[in-house]
Amino acid sequence: MKWPALLLATLLLLGAGDKRSGYLDASPGTRSMQDDDAANPGFLWVLQGKALWNQPAGASGKACATCHGEAPRSMAGVAACYPRVDPTLGHPVSLDGQIRQCRVGRQGTADVPPDSDTMLALTAYVGLQSRGLPIAVADDVSARPFLDQGRRLFETRMGQLNLSCAQCHDTLAGQRLAGTPIPQGHPNGYPQYRLEWQAMGSLYRRIRNCMTGVRAEPFAPDSDDLRALELYLGWRANGLKVETPAVRP
Amino acid sequence: MVRVLINVPKRVKAGEPFEVKLLIGHPMESGQRRDTMGQAIPRDIIHDLVCTMAGQEVLRATLFPAIAANPYLTFSATARQSGDLVIRFTDDQGATQTETVAITVDPPG
Repeated sequence: MKWPALLLATLLLLGAGDKRSGYLDASPGTRSMQDDDAANPGFLWVLQGKALWNQPAGASGKACATCHGEAPRSMAGVAACYPRVDPTLGHPVSLDGQIRQCRVGRQGTADVPPDSDTMLALTAYVGLQSRGLPIAVADDVSARPFLDQGRRLFETRMGQLNLSCAQCHDTLAGQRLAGTPIPQGHPNGYPQYRLEWQAMGSLYRRIRNCMTGVRAEPFAPDSDDLRALELYLGWRANGLKVETPAVRP
Repeated sequence: MVRVLINVPKRVKAGEPFEVKLLIGHPMESGQRRDTMGQAIPRDIIHDLVCTMAGQEVLRATLFPAIAANPYLTFSATARQSGDLVIRFTDDQGATQTETVAITVDPPG
């Protein structure tokens, strides 16, 4: 009797209506920075991303545009579906991972590290083409095991502080941590400009921050754990609008 | 070369104020911080910025260290004749960069 009730409560709690973008927890000043493309520093990376998109790179001498054409057409809605499980690789791939695969595998460039300006610029430019569209991460059969793994990680206590993601971002979301509002932790604006970083950063940087915050060892960038957690976070935010490039405190 | 975003109207009316929005991708290192080895990180900020419209100076600014990275500046200007809006700035490394946007000025009325 207890389980169905708990399940129902969880479903209601996670219903799209109750999902709250971190935008709403930001100050009016921060929000207005995001609202005005001329004031949003994320657009510095978008500008760079647009240039990189059209610029031939690597041994192949091809640009992103050689295969994909105009990004506003070919990339519309693409970022909203990531991470997705890649059938050939058999594991979830984030937008960063997909771009890395394209650049290193197809264009033949040097590796593109997760928090490099090149990666942030390209993800920002591609992400912008989905701005305003609802996140739609697939939860098909191939994704199930990874979603389960991600959810397990989300609910696992870790680090010296012995806290799970869920304790803050599910249970205590909307309350405050030392004066700072606790958001629900939806990845709907990445890569995003954080005033604290004074720079653009990836979802991985944010997760790393949170994990060192609870004094746990952050997941490695290529680990199965990180892939599963990113997939779960994406799925958990389904229905929220993409805000890339978002501005957050 | 740093990334610069300039937002100005392409056409303005002569004598009527318009807004210039300027976003510069610069670290604006204050000179107060130390790296992980305890060494002072040298100051590197944009300290001088000049904006001219059709050769005439409309803004000159001196910037100081207490400005966040990627500074955003907005100001109003007026123009009497069509020409280039030129923004020139210099940072502590001695690098000077110039950005130009053409603005068409329509007669008043």
